[in-house]
Amino acid sequence: MSLDHVIELLPEINQAFLETLYMVGISLGVAVLIGLPLGVILFVTDKGLFLENGPVKTVVGFIVNMVRSIPFIILLVALIPITQWIVGTTIGPTAASVSLSVAAIPFFARIVETSLREIDKGVIEASVAVGASPWMIIKDVLLPEAKPSIIQGLTLTAISLVAYSAMAGVVGGGGIGDLAIRFGYYRYDNTIMVTTVIVLILFVQILQLAGDRFAKLVDKR
Amino acid sequence: MIEITNLVKKYHSKEKLVTAVDNVSLTVAKGEIFGIVGYSGAGKSSLLRCINLLERPSSGSVKVNGQELTGVPERELRKARVKMGMIFQHFNLISSKTIGENIGFALKAAHYPKKKRKARVNELLQMVGLSDKKDAYPSQLSGGQKQRVGIARSLANEPSVLLCDEATSALDPSTTKSILALLKKINRELGITVILITHEMEVVKEICDRMAIMQDGKIVEQGSVYDIFADPKNELTREFTSSILQFDIPDQALEKVEGTLVKVQFKGTTAGEGVISDMLKQYAVQGNFLHGKIEYIQEIPLGIFVLELKGDPVEIKRAIEYIEERTKQVEVLKGVA
Ligand SMILES: Nc1ncnc2c1ncn2[C@@H]1O[C@H](COP(=O)(O)OP(=O)(O)OP(=O)(O)O)[C@@H](O)[C@H]1O
Ligand SMILES: [Mg+2]
Repeated sequence: MSLDHVIELLPEINQAFLETLYMVGISLGVAVLIGLPLGVILFVTDKGLFLENGPVKTVVGFIVNMVRSIPFIILLVALIPITQWIVGTTIGPTAASVSLSVAAIPFFARIVETSLREIDKGVIEASVAVGASPWMIIKDVLLPEAKPSIIQGLTLTAISLVAYSAMAGVVGGGGIGDLAIRFGYYRYDNTIMVTTVIVLILFVQILQLAGDRFAKLVDKR
Repeated sequence: MIEITNLVKKYHSKEKLVTAVDNVSLTVAKGEIFGIVGYSGAGKSSLLRCINLLERPSSGSVKVNGQELTGVPERELRKARVKMGMIFQHFNLISSKTIGENIGFALKAAHYPKKKRKARVNELLQMVGLSDKKDAYPSQLSGGQKQRVGIARSLANEPSVLLCDEATSALDPSTTKSILALLKKINRELGITVILITHEMEVVKEICDRMAIMQDGKIVEQGSVYDIFADPKNELTREFTSSILQFDIPDQALEKVEGTLVKVQFKGTTAGEGVISDMLKQYAVQGNFLHGKIEYIQEIPLGIFVLELKGDPVEIKRAIEYIEERTKQVEVLKGVA
Protein backbone atom coordinates (compact mmCIF):
# COMPACT_ATOMS: atom_id res chain seq x y z
CA MET A 1 0.00 0.00 0.00
CA SER A 2 1.64 3.21 -1.10
CA LEU A 3 0.95 6.69 0.10
CA ASP A 4 1.81 8.07 -3.31
CA HIS A 5 -1.00 6.11 -4.85
CA VAL A 6 -3.45 7.48 -2.33
CA ILE A 7 -2.27 11.04 -2.93
CA GLU A 8 -2.56 10.49 -6.64
CA LEU A 9 -6.18 9.46 -6.23
CA LEU A 10 -7.00 12.09 -3.64
CA PRO A 11 -9.17 14.15 -6.01
CA GLU A 12 -11.23 11.06 -6.80
CA ILE A 13 -11.59 10.18 -3.11
CA ASN A 14 -12.51 13.73 -2.31
CA GLN A 15 -15.11 13.79 -5.06
CA ALA A 16 -16.56 10.47 -3.89
CA PHE A 17 -16.74 11.65 -0.30
CA LEU A 18 -18.60 14.81 -1.31
CA GLU A 19 -21.03 12.71 -3.32
CA THR A 20 -21.69 10.50 -0.31
CA LEU A 21 -22.22 13.58 1.81
CA TYR A 22 -24.62 14.91 -0.79
CA MET A 23 -26.66 11.69 -1.01
CA VAL A 24 -26.85 11.27 2.75
CA GLY A 25 -27.69 14.95 3.20
CA ILE A 26 -30.56 14.92 0.71
CA SER A 27 -32.11 11.69 1.93
CA LEU A 28 -31.72 12.76 5.56
CA GLY A 29 -33.51 16.00 4.70
CA VAL A 30 -36.34 14.13 2.99
CA ALA A 31 -36.52 11.70 5.92
CA VAL A 32 -37.02 14.58 8.33
CA LEU A 33 -39.49 16.35 6.06
CA ILE A 34 -41.71 13.30 5.51
CA GLY A 35 -40.62 10.73 8.08
CA LEU A 36 -41.01 13.05 11.05
CA PRO A 37 -44.68 13.86 10.39
CA LEU A 38 -45.35 10.17 9.67
CA GLY A 39 -43.72 9.21 12.96
CA VAL A 40 -45.85 11.76 14.78
CA ILE A 41 -48.97 10.41 13.07
CA LEU A 42 -48.04 6.85 14.02
CA PHE A 43 -47.80 7.97 17.65
CA VAL A 44 -50.70 10.37 18.17
CA THR A 45 -53.22 8.07 16.50
CA ASP A 46 -52.48 5.44 19.13
CA LYS A 47 -55.27 4.11 21.28
CA GLY A 48 -55.91 6.41 24.23
CA LEU A 49 -54.04 9.35 22.76
CA PHE A 50 -55.47 12.69 21.80
CA LEU A 51 -55.82 11.95 18.09
CA GLU A 52 -56.72 8.28 18.43
CA ASN A 53 -57.56 6.94 14.97
CA GLY A 54 -57.37 3.23 14.27
CA PRO A 55 -57.76 3.25 10.48
CA VAL A 56 -55.15 5.98 9.90
CA LYS A 57 -52.70 4.23 12.19
CA THR A 58 -53.23 0.88 10.46
CA VAL A 59 -52.80 2.29 6.95
CA VAL A 60 -49.70 4.38 7.74
CA GLY A 61 -48.23 1.54 9.78
CA PHE A 62 -48.80 -0.90 6.91
CA ILE A 63 -47.12 1.31 4.32
CA VAL A 64 -44.18 1.97 6.60
CA ASN A 65 -43.72 -1.72 7.30
CA MET A 66 -44.08 -2.61 3.65
CA VAL A 67 -41.30 -0.28 2.50
CA ARG A 68 -39.13 -1.33 5.42
CA SER A 69 -39.45 -4.99 4.55
CA ILE A 70 -37.98 -4.51 1.06
CA PRO A 71 -34.19 -5.05 1.06
CA PHE A 72 -32.45 -1.88 -0.02
CA ILE A 73 -30.71 -3.48 -2.96
CA ILE A 74 -34.10 -4.51 -4.37
CA LEU A 75 -35.58 -1.11 -3.65
CA LEU A 76 -32.69 0.40 -5.59
CA VAL A 77 -33.55 -1.61 -8.68
CA ALA A 78 -37.32 -1.49 -8.27
CA LEU A 79 -37.33 2.29 -8.06
CA ILE A 80 -35.39 2.81 -11.28
CA PRO A 81 -38.49 3.86 -13.31
CA ILE A 82 -39.59 6.30 -10.64
CA THR A 83 -36.07 7.67 -10.34
CA GLN A 84 -35.97 8.18 -14.10
CA TRP A 85 -39.26 10.03 -13.88
CA ILE A 86 -38.26 12.29 -10.98
CA VAL A 87 -34.60 13.01 -11.72
CA GLY A 88 -34.43 12.29 -15.46
CA THR A 89 -31.57 9.84 -15.05
CA THR A 90 -30.86 6.62 -13.15
CA ILE A 91 -27.17 7.07 -12.45
CA GLY A 92 -25.26 9.50 -10.28
CA PRO A 93 -25.74 10.65 -6.69
CA THR A 94 -28.98 12.57 -7.29
CA ALA A 95 -30.59 9.47 -8.76
CA ALA A 96 -29.35 7.35 -5.87
CA SER A 97 -30.83 9.89 -3.44
CA VAL A 98 -34.34 8.90 -4.53
CA SER A 99 -34.02 5.29 -3.35
CA LEU A 100 -32.11 6.37 -0.29
CA SER A 101 -34.88 8.81 0.64
CA VAL A 102 -37.56 6.19 0.14
CA ALA A 103 -35.68 3.84 2.45
CA ALA A 104 -34.93 6.55 5.01
CA ILE A 105 -38.50 7.83 5.39
CA PRO A 106 -40.07 4.76 7.06
CA PHE A 107 -36.87 4.03 8.97
CA PHE A 108 -36.87 7.48 10.50
CA ALA A 109 -40.66 7.47 10.99
CA ARG A 110 -40.39 4.39 13.22
CA ILE A 111 -37.52 5.96 15.12
CA VAL A 112 -39.55 9.10 15.74
CA GLU A 113 -42.50 7.01 16.85
CA THR A 114 -40.31 5.12 19.32
CA SER A 115 -38.82 8.35 20.63
CA LEU A 116 -42.28 9.81 21.23
CA ARG A 117 -43.33 6.65 22.98
CA GLU A 118 -40.65 7.27 25.59
CA ILE A 119 -42.37 10.48 26.70
CA ASP A 120 -44.13 10.21 30.04
CA LYS A 121 -47.85 9.75 29.28
CA GLY A 122 -48.63 11.93 32.27
CA VAL A 123 -47.01 14.95 30.64
CA ILE A 124 -49.17 14.52 27.55
CA GLU A 125 -52.22 14.12 29.74
CA ALA A 126 -51.39 17.26 31.69
CA SER A 127 -51.22 19.13 28.40
CA VAL A 128 -54.61 17.82 27.34
CA ALA A 129 -56.01 18.75 30.75
CA VAL A 130 -54.77 22.29 30.36
CA GLY A 131 -56.92 22.62 27.23
CA ALA A 132 -54.15 22.64 24.62
CA SER A 133 -54.99 21.80 20.99
CA PRO A 134 -53.43 18.74 19.32
CA TRP A 135 -51.16 20.91 17.20
CA MET A 136 -49.96 22.80 20.27
CA ILE A 137 -49.24 19.55 22.09
CA ILE A 138 -47.25 18.20 19.14
CA LYS A 139 -45.27 21.38 18.65
CA ASP A 140 -44.74 22.48 22.25
CA VAL A 141 -44.71 19.22 24.16
CA LEU A 142 -44.07 16.10 22.07
CA LEU A 143 -41.29 17.34 19.82
CA PRO A 144 -39.35 19.28 22.50
CA GLU A 145 -39.68 16.39 24.95
CA ALA A 146 -38.45 13.86 22.40
CA LYS A 147 -35.80 16.11 20.88
CA PRO A 148 -32.69 14.47 22.38
CA SER A 149 -33.98 11.05 21.44
CA ILE A 150 -34.97 12.15 17.94
CA ILE A 151 -31.50 13.61 17.40
CA GLN A 152 -30.00 10.28 18.41
CA GLY A 153 -32.36 8.66 15.92
CA LEU A 154 -31.31 11.07 13.24
CA THR A 155 -27.69 10.10 13.86
CA LEU A 156 -28.63 6.45 13.55
CA THR A 157 -30.48 7.17 10.30
CA ALA A 158 -27.51 9.11 8.92
CA ILE A 159 -25.14 6.25 9.70
CA SER A 160 -27.46 3.70 8.11
CA LEU A 161 -27.68 5.96 5.09
CA VAL A 162 -23.90 6.03 4.77
CA ALA A 163 -23.98 2.24 4.57
CA TYR A 164 -26.90 2.24 2.13
CA SER A 165 -25.27 4.91 0.00
CA ALA A 166 -22.28 2.65 -0.44
CA MET A 167 -24.65 0.04 -1.86
CA ALA A 168 -25.87 2.61 -4.34
CA GLY A 169 -22.42 2.25 -5.90
CA VAL A 170 -23.59 -1.07 -7.34
CA VAL A 171 -25.90 0.73 -9.75
CA GLY A 172 -23.45 3.54 -10.44
CA GLY A 173 -24.80 5.88 -7.83
CA GLY A 174 -21.50 7.56 -7.11
CA GLY A 175 -19.96 8.19 -3.72
CA ILE A 176 -17.47 6.22 -1.66
CA GLY A 177 -19.13 2.90 -2.40
CA ASP A 178 -18.94 3.49 -6.11
CA LEU A 179 -15.26 4.31 -5.79
CA ALA A 180 -14.61 1.16 -3.81
CA ILE A 181 -16.34 -0.96 -6.44
CA ARG A 182 -14.69 0.67 -9.41
CA PHE A 183 -11.16 0.58 -8.05
CA GLY A 184 -11.14 -1.94 -5.25
CA TYR A 185 -13.35 -4.58 -6.84
CA TYR A 186 -12.88 -4.32 -10.58
CA ARG A 187 -9.20 -3.30 -10.52
CA TYR A 188 -8.10 -5.18 -7.41
CA ASP A 189 -6.76 -1.91 -6.01
CA ASN A 190 -6.39 -2.72 -2.33
CA THR A 191 -5.03 0.69 -1.45
CA ILE A 192 -8.21 2.36 -2.53
CA MET A 193 -10.27 -0.32 -0.82
CA VAL A 194 -8.54 0.24 2.50
CA THR A 195 -8.64 4.00 2.12
CA THR A 196 -12.36 4.03 1.49
CA VAL A 197 -12.94 1.83 4.51
CA ILE A 198 -10.90 4.20 6.67
CA VAL A 199 -12.76 7.21 5.32
CA LEU A 200 -16.08 5.53 6.08
CA ILE A 201 -15.01 4.53 9.59
CA LEU A 202 -13.87 8.06 10.37
CA PHE A 203 -17.00 9.56 8.89
CA VAL A 204 -19.30 7.33 10.93
CA GLN A 205 -17.33 8.03 14.11
CA ILE A 206 -17.58 11.75 13.56
CA LEU A 207 -21.31 11.51 12.86
CA GLN A 208 -21.90 9.53 16.04
CA LEU A 209 -19.78 11.87 18.14
CA ALA A 210 -21.49 14.97 16.78
CA GLY A 211 -24.92 13.41 17.24
CA ASP A 212 -24.23 12.44 20.85
CA ARG A 213 -22.87 15.88 21.62
CA PHE A 214 -25.84 17.65 20.13
CA ALA A 215 -28.37 15.33 21.78
CA LYS A 216 -26.75 15.96 25.15
CA LEU A 217 -26.73 19.68 24.58
CA VAL A 218 -30.49 19.88 24.09
CA ASP A 219 -31.33 17.45 26.87
CA LYS A 220 -32.80 19.25 29.88
CA ARG A 221 -33.84 16.20 31.85
CA MET B 1 -71.20 23.47 40.78
CA ILE B 2 -70.19 19.90 39.95
CA GLU B 3 -72.98 17.43 39.43
CA ILE B 4 -72.19 13.85 38.60
CA THR B 5 -75.16 11.63 37.91
CA ASN B 6 -75.17 7.86 37.41
CA LEU B 7 -71.67 7.93 36.04
CA VAL B 8 -70.29 4.69 34.65
CA LYS B 9 -66.81 4.18 33.22
CA LYS B 10 -65.91 0.85 31.70
CA TYR B 11 -62.58 -0.12 30.19
CA HIS B 12 -62.42 -2.75 27.50
CA SER B 13 -59.02 -4.28 27.75
CA LYS B 14 -57.97 -7.62 26.30
CA GLU B 15 -61.02 -9.88 26.70
CA LYS B 16 -61.72 -8.26 30.04
CA LEU B 17 -64.29 -5.62 30.87
CA VAL B 18 -63.42 -3.51 33.88
CA THR B 19 -66.08 -1.31 35.44
CA ALA B 20 -63.85 1.29 37.06
CA VAL B 21 -66.68 3.68 37.99
CA ASP B 22 -69.98 2.02 38.79
CA ASN B 23 -73.02 4.25 38.79
CA VAL B 24 -71.66 7.11 40.86
CA SER B 25 -73.71 10.17 41.72
CA LEU B 26 -72.07 13.06 43.49
CA THR B 27 -72.62 16.76 43.99
CA VAL B 28 -69.87 19.12 45.00
CA ALA B 29 -70.84 22.63 46.05
CA LYS B 30 -69.04 25.77 44.99
CA GLY B 31 -66.07 26.66 47.18
CA GLU B 32 -65.94 23.25 48.82
CA ILE B 33 -62.93 21.00 49.30
CA PHE B 34 -64.17 17.52 48.55
CA GLY B 35 -62.07 14.44 49.25
CA ILE B 36 -62.42 11.03 47.63
CA VAL B 37 -60.64 8.18 49.39
CA GLY B 38 -60.30 4.54 48.56
CA TYR B 39 -57.72 1.85 48.11
CA SER B 40 -55.73 1.37 44.94
CA GLY B 41 -57.94 0.33 42.05
CA ALA B 42 -61.13 1.65 43.64
CA GLY B 43 -61.68 3.87 40.61
CA LYS B 44 -60.80 7.24 42.12
CA SER B 45 -58.62 8.42 39.26
CA SER B 46 -61.11 7.19 36.69
CA LEU B 47 -63.86 9.17 38.40
CA LEU B 48 -61.73 12.30 38.60
CA ARG B 49 -60.62 12.00 34.99
CA CYS B 50 -64.22 11.74 33.90
CA ILE B 51 -64.87 15.18 35.38
CA ASN B 52 -62.64 16.95 32.86
CA LEU B 53 -63.35 14.27 30.27
CA LEU B 54 -59.78 13.01 30.07
CA GLU B 55 -61.75 9.77 30.02
CA ARG B 56 -65.03 9.63 28.16
CA PRO B 57 -67.67 8.26 30.53
CA SER B 58 -69.44 5.14 29.29
CA SER B 59 -72.73 6.57 30.50
CA GLY B 60 -74.11 9.11 32.92
CA SER B 61 -73.77 12.84 33.15
CA VAL B 62 -71.12 15.29 34.30
CA LYS B 63 -72.17 18.89 34.77
CA VAL B 64 -69.71 21.61 35.70
CA ASN B 65 -71.04 25.11 36.34
CA GLY B 66 -74.32 24.04 34.80
CA GLN B 67 -72.70 22.87 31.55
CA GLU B 68 -73.20 19.27 30.53
CA LEU B 69 -69.79 18.01 29.44
CA THR B 70 -70.50 14.53 28.13
CA GLY B 71 -71.04 14.54 24.41
CA VAL B 72 -69.56 18.00 24.00
CA PRO B 73 -67.35 18.34 20.88
CA GLU B 74 -63.58 18.40 21.39
CA ARG B 75 -63.22 22.11 20.69
CA GLU B 76 -65.80 23.07 23.32
CA LEU B 77 -64.25 20.61 25.70
CA ARG B 78 -60.89 22.33 25.42
CA LYS B 79 -62.53 25.58 26.46
CA ALA B 80 -64.14 23.90 29.43
CA ARG B 81 -60.84 22.31 30.47
CA VAL B 82 -59.18 25.71 30.58
CA LYS B 83 -61.49 26.50 33.48
CA MET B 84 -60.62 23.27 35.29
CA GLY B 85 -57.14 22.99 36.74
CA MET B 86 -55.60 19.60 37.39
CA ILE B 87 -52.59 18.52 39.42
CA PHE B 88 -50.98 15.12 39.49
CA GLN B 89 -49.09 12.79 41.80
CA HIS B 90 -46.00 12.89 39.59
CA PHE B 91 -46.40 16.58 38.71
CA ASN B 92 -46.21 15.94 34.95
CA LEU B 93 -44.21 19.01 34.05
CA ILE B 94 -42.69 19.41 30.59
CA SER B 95 -39.05 18.55 31.26
CA SER B 96 -37.69 20.39 28.23
CA LYS B 97 -39.27 23.68 29.26
CA THR B 98 -38.35 26.03 32.08
CA ILE B 99 -40.76 26.61 34.95
CA GLY B 100 -41.82 29.89 33.38
CA GLU B 101 -42.39 28.21 30.01
CA ASN B 102 -44.39 25.41 31.62
CA ILE B 103 -46.81 27.91 33.07
CA GLY B 104 -46.68 29.95 29.88
CA PHE B 105 -47.81 26.88 27.94
CA ALA B 106 -51.05 26.71 29.95
CA LEU B 107 -51.67 30.37 29.15
CA LYS B 108 -50.91 29.77 25.49
CA ALA B 109 -53.36 26.87 25.43
CA ALA B 110 -56.05 29.26 26.61
CA HIS B 111 -55.03 31.88 24.01
CA TYR B 112 -54.03 34.28 26.75
CA PRO B 113 -52.67 37.47 25.11
CA LYS B 114 -48.98 36.96 24.43
CA LYS B 115 -47.96 40.39 25.72
CA LYS B 116 -49.49 39.82 29.11
CA ARG B 117 -48.20 36.27 29.59
CA LYS B 118 -44.92 37.20 31.23
CA ALA B 119 -46.59 39.30 33.90
CA ARG B 120 -49.14 36.58 34.59
CA VAL B 121 -46.41 33.94 34.92
CA ASN B 122 -44.60 36.11 37.46
CA GLU B 123 -47.81 36.65 39.37
CA LEU B 124 -48.49 32.91 39.52
CA LEU B 125 -44.95 32.07 40.58
CA GLN B 126 -45.23 34.58 43.36
CA MET B 127 -48.50 33.04 44.49
CA VAL B 128 -46.83 29.65 44.95
CA GLY B 129 -43.63 31.12 46.36
CA LEU B 130 -41.27 30.23 43.51
CA SER B 131 -40.41 33.60 41.98
CA ASP B 132 -36.72 32.78 41.87
CA LYS B 133 -37.19 29.53 39.92
CA LYS B 134 -38.63 30.97 36.75
CA ASP B 135 -35.70 29.96 34.54
CA ALA B 136 -34.93 26.66 36.21
CA TYR B 137 -35.83 23.35 34.59
CA PRO B 138 -38.10 20.85 36.39
CA SER B 139 -35.19 18.47 36.96
CA GLN B 140 -33.55 21.12 39.14
CA LEU B 141 -36.50 21.29 41.54
CA SER B 142 -37.51 19.26 44.58
CA GLY B 143 -40.78 17.34 44.60
CA GLY B 144 -42.56 19.97 46.66
CA GLN B 145 -41.35 22.72 44.36
CA LYS B 146 -42.47 20.75 41.30
CA GLN B 147 -45.93 20.39 42.78
CA ARG B 148 -46.01 24.14 43.39
CA VAL B 149 -45.28 24.64 39.70
CA GLY B 150 -48.05 22.16 38.92
CA ILE B 151 -50.39 24.21 41.07
CA ALA B 152 -49.30 27.46 39.43
CA ARG B 153 -49.91 25.90 36.01
CA SER B 154 -53.33 24.65 37.03
CA LEU B 155 -54.31 28.10 38.28
CA ALA B 156 -53.01 29.95 35.24
CA ASN B 157 -56.37 30.48 33.59
CA GLU B 158 -58.37 31.25 36.72
CA PRO B 159 -60.20 27.96 36.93
CA SER B 160 -63.31 27.49 39.00
CA VAL B 161 -62.41 23.89 39.81
CA LEU B 162 -59.15 22.25 40.80
CA LEU B 163 -58.84 18.48 40.39
CA CYS B 164 -56.07 16.87 42.43
CA ASP B 165 -55.05 13.28 41.77
CA GLU B 166 -52.92 12.10 44.71
CA ALA B 167 -51.25 15.49 44.73
CA THR B 168 -49.25 14.82 47.88
CA SER B 169 -48.69 11.07 47.64
CA ALA B 170 -45.15 11.44 46.33
CA LEU B 171 -44.14 13.96 48.99
CA ASP B 172 -42.74 13.68 52.50
CA PRO B 173 -44.98 14.58 55.47
CA SER B 174 -43.75 18.13 55.99
CA THR B 175 -43.88 18.97 52.28
CA THR B 176 -47.34 17.42 52.17
CA LYS B 177 -48.43 19.80 54.92
CA SER B 178 -47.13 22.83 53.06
CA ILE B 179 -48.81 21.78 49.81
CA LEU B 180 -52.08 21.16 51.64
CA ALA B 181 -51.81 24.57 53.25
CA LEU B 182 -51.31 26.09 49.81
CA LEU B 183 -54.36 24.27 48.45
CA LYS B 184 -56.42 25.50 51.35
CA LYS B 185 -55.22 29.03 50.84
CA ILE B 186 -56.13 28.85 47.15
CA ASN B 187 -59.54 27.51 48.07
CA ARG B 188 -60.22 30.24 50.61
CA GLU B 189 -58.70 33.19 48.79
CA LEU B 190 -59.73 32.42 45.23
CA GLY B 191 -62.93 30.55 46.03
CA ILE B 192 -61.88 27.62 43.84
CA THR B 193 -63.73 24.36 44.34
CA VAL B 194 -61.26 21.57 45.02
CA ILE B 195 -61.79 17.86 44.45
CA LEU B 196 -58.96 15.75 45.72
CA ILE B 197 -58.25 12.09 45.59
CA THR B 198 -56.10 10.38 48.13
CA HIS B 199 -55.57 7.17 50.00
CA GLU B 200 -54.37 9.05 53.07
CA MET B 201 -57.03 9.99 55.61
CA GLU B 202 -54.55 12.46 57.07
CA VAL B 203 -54.99 14.60 53.97
CA VAL B 204 -58.77 14.50 54.16
CA LYS B 205 -58.72 15.30 57.85
CA GLU B 206 -56.41 18.22 57.22
CA ILE B 207 -58.30 20.15 54.57
CA CYS B 208 -61.52 18.58 53.31
CA ASP B 209 -65.03 19.77 54.10
CA ARG B 210 -66.84 16.75 52.76
CA MET B 211 -65.69 13.36 51.59
CA ALA B 212 -66.69 10.17 49.85
CA ILE B 213 -65.30 6.68 50.26
CA MET B 214 -64.95 4.56 47.14
CA GLN B 215 -64.74 0.82 46.76
CA ASP B 216 -64.97 -1.25 43.58
CA GLY B 217 -66.10 1.76 41.59
CA LYS B 218 -68.91 2.64 43.95
CA ILE B 219 -69.26 5.32 46.58
CA VAL B 220 -69.99 3.45 49.78
CA GLU B 221 -70.39 6.44 52.05
CA GLN B 222 -70.29 10.21 51.79
CA GLY B 223 -70.85 13.15 54.07
CA SER B 224 -69.13 15.86 56.05
CA VAL B 225 -65.65 14.84 57.09
CA TYR B 226 -66.48 15.39 60.76
CA ASP B 227 -69.57 13.22 60.69
CA ILE B 228 -67.75 10.46 58.91
CA PHE B 229 -64.91 10.49 61.40
CA ALA B 230 -67.24 10.69 64.37
CA ASP B 231 -69.68 8.08 63.20
CA PRO B 232 -68.53 5.95 60.27
CA LYS B 233 -71.29 3.63 59.04
CA ASN B 234 -69.50 1.48 56.49
CA GLU B 235 -66.94 -1.18 57.30
CA LEU B 236 -64.37 0.27 54.90
CA THR B 237 -64.98 3.78 56.19
CA ARG B 238 -64.26 2.57 59.69
CA GLU B 239 -61.03 1.06 58.47
CA PHE B 240 -59.99 4.40 57.02
CA THR B 241 -61.01 6.53 60.00
CA SER B 242 -59.31 4.18 62.40
CA SER B 243 -56.03 4.97 60.66
CA ILE B 244 -56.36 8.38 62.34
CA LEU B 245 -58.35 7.57 65.44
CA GLN B 246 -56.77 4.28 66.34
CA PHE B 247 -55.08 3.76 69.65
CA ASP B 248 -53.07 0.89 70.97
CA ILE B 249 -53.14 -0.08 74.59
CA PRO B 250 -50.25 -2.38 75.38
CA ASP B 251 -51.22 -5.95 76.27
CA GLN B 252 -49.45 -5.63 79.59
CA ALA B 253 -51.66 -2.72 80.54
CA LEU B 254 -54.73 -4.62 79.39
CA GLU B 255 -53.84 -7.64 81.49
CA LYS B 256 -53.75 -5.49 84.57
CA VAL B 257 -57.30 -4.32 83.94
CA GLU B 258 -59.56 -5.87 86.54
CA GLY B 259 -62.65 -3.77 86.16
CA THR B 260 -64.71 -2.81 83.13
CA LEU B 261 -62.97 -1.21 80.17
CA VAL B 262 -65.01 1.41 78.31
CA LYS B 263 -64.31 3.58 75.31
CA VAL B 264 -66.04 6.95 75.26
CA GLN B 265 -66.16 9.26 72.27
CA PHE B 266 -66.98 12.94 72.56
CA LYS B 267 -68.19 15.01 69.72
CA GLY B 268 -67.62 18.70 69.26
CA THR B 269 -68.50 20.92 72.16
CA THR B 270 -69.47 18.20 74.60
CA ALA B 271 -66.86 18.77 77.24
CA GLY B 272 -65.53 15.27 77.54
CA GLU B 273 -63.71 15.50 80.79
CA GLY B 274 -66.73 17.19 82.38
CA VAL B 275 -68.98 14.22 81.69
CA ILE B 276 -66.46 11.81 83.14
CA SER B 277 -65.87 13.82 86.29
CA ASP B 278 -69.62 14.29 86.80
CA MET B 279 -70.04 10.54 86.45
CA LEU B 280 -67.28 9.83 88.95
CA LYS B 281 -68.90 12.19 91.44
CA GLN B 282 -72.38 10.74 91.08
CA TYR B 283 -71.61 7.05 91.14
CA ALA B 284 -69.56 4.97 93.50
CA VAL B 285 -67.00 3.91 90.91
CA GLN B 286 -63.30 4.47 90.47
CA GLY B 287 -62.08 5.68 87.12
CA ASN B 288 -58.66 5.05 85.67
CA PHE B 289 -57.62 6.56 82.31
CA LEU B 290 -55.75 4.27 79.96
CA HIS B 291 -55.90 6.40 76.86
CA GLY B 292 -57.00 9.84 75.84
CA LYS B 293 -56.85 11.62 72.49
CA ILE B 294 -58.48 14.65 70.96
CA GLU B 295 -58.37 15.11 67.18
CA TYR B 296 -59.42 18.40 65.63
CA ILE B 297 -61.33 17.75 62.45
CA GLN B 298 -62.45 20.83 60.56
CA GLU B 299 -61.44 22.62 63.75
CA ILE B 300 -64.02 20.77 65.82
CA PRO B 301 -62.68 18.53 68.54
CA LEU B 302 -63.33 14.79 68.46
CA GLY B 303 -62.21 13.10 71.66
CA ILE B 304 -61.67 9.46 72.49
CA PHE B 305 -61.03 8.21 76.02
CA VAL B 306 -60.50 4.71 77.27
CA LEU B 307 -60.97 4.16 80.96
CA GLU B 308 -61.18 1.38 83.42
CA LEU B 309 -64.09 1.47 85.86
CA LYS B 310 -63.83 -0.36 89.16
CA GLY B 311 -66.37 -0.84 91.87
CA ASP B 312 -69.77 -2.39 92.42
CA PRO B 313 -71.05 -3.90 89.11
CA VAL B 314 -74.47 -2.31 89.56
CA GLU B 315 -72.90 1.12 90.01
CA ILE B 316 -70.70 0.56 86.99
CA LYS B 317 -73.73 -0.35 84.89
CA ARG B 318 -75.49 2.85 85.99
CA ALA B 319 -72.39 4.92 85.38
CA ILE B 320 -72.12 3.59 81.83
CA GLU B 321 -75.78 4.32 81.22
CA TYR B 322 -75.18 7.84 82.44
CA ILE B 323 -72.33 8.40 79.97
CA GLU B 324 -74.37 6.79 77.21
CA GLU B 325 -77.14 9.24 77.85
CA ARG B 326 -74.86 12.24 77.71
CA THR B 327 -72.59 11.27 74.84
CA LYS B 328 -74.41 8.56 72.90
CA GLN B 329 -70.97 7.15 72.13
CA VAL B 330 -69.82 4.60 74.61
CA GLU B 331 -68.57 1.12 74.04
CA VAL B 332 -67.63 -1.57 76.53
CA LEU B 333 -64.35 -3.13 75.44
CA LYS B 334 -63.83 -5.59 78.27
CA GLY B 335 -65.66 -6.83 81.34
CA VAL B 336 -69.29 -6.74 82.34
CA ALA B 337 -71.54 -3.80 81.72
N1 LIG C 1 -56.82 2.87 30.79
C1 LIG C 1 -57.28 1.78 31.44
N2 LIG C 1 -57.52 0.63 30.77
C2 LIG C 1 -57.99 -0.46 31.40
N3 LIG C 1 -58.26 -0.53 32.70
C3 LIG C 1 -58.04 0.58 33.44
C4 LIG C 1 -57.54 1.79 32.85
N4 LIG C 1 -57.41 2.72 33.82
C5 LIG C 1 -57.82 2.13 34.96
N5 LIG C 1 -58.21 0.85 34.74
C6 LIG C 1 -58.74 -0.08 35.75
O1 LIG C 1 -59.81 0.54 36.41
C7 LIG C 1 -59.79 0.29 37.79
C8 LIG C 1 -59.76 1.61 38.55
O2 LIG C 1 -58.56 2.27 38.29
P1 LIG C 1 -58.21 3.72 38.85
O3 LIG C 1 -56.91 4.12 38.30
O4 LIG C 1 -59.36 4.62 38.62
O5 LIG C 1 -58.08 3.42 40.41
P2 LIG C 1 -57.54 4.35 41.57
O6 LIG C 1 -58.56 4.29 42.65
O7 LIG C 1 -57.18 5.68 41.05
O8 LIG C 1 -56.25 3.58 42.04
P3 LIG C 1 -54.84 4.17 42.53
O9 LIG C 1 -55.02 4.57 43.95
O10 LIG C 1 -53.93 2.99 42.39
O11 LIG C 1 -54.47 5.30 41.63
C9 LIG C 1 -58.58 -0.59 38.03
O12 LIG C 1 -59.03 -1.92 38.11
C10 LIG C 1 -57.73 -0.39 36.82
O13 LIG C 1 -57.00 -1.53 36.52
MG1 LIG D 1 -55.31 6.76 40.86
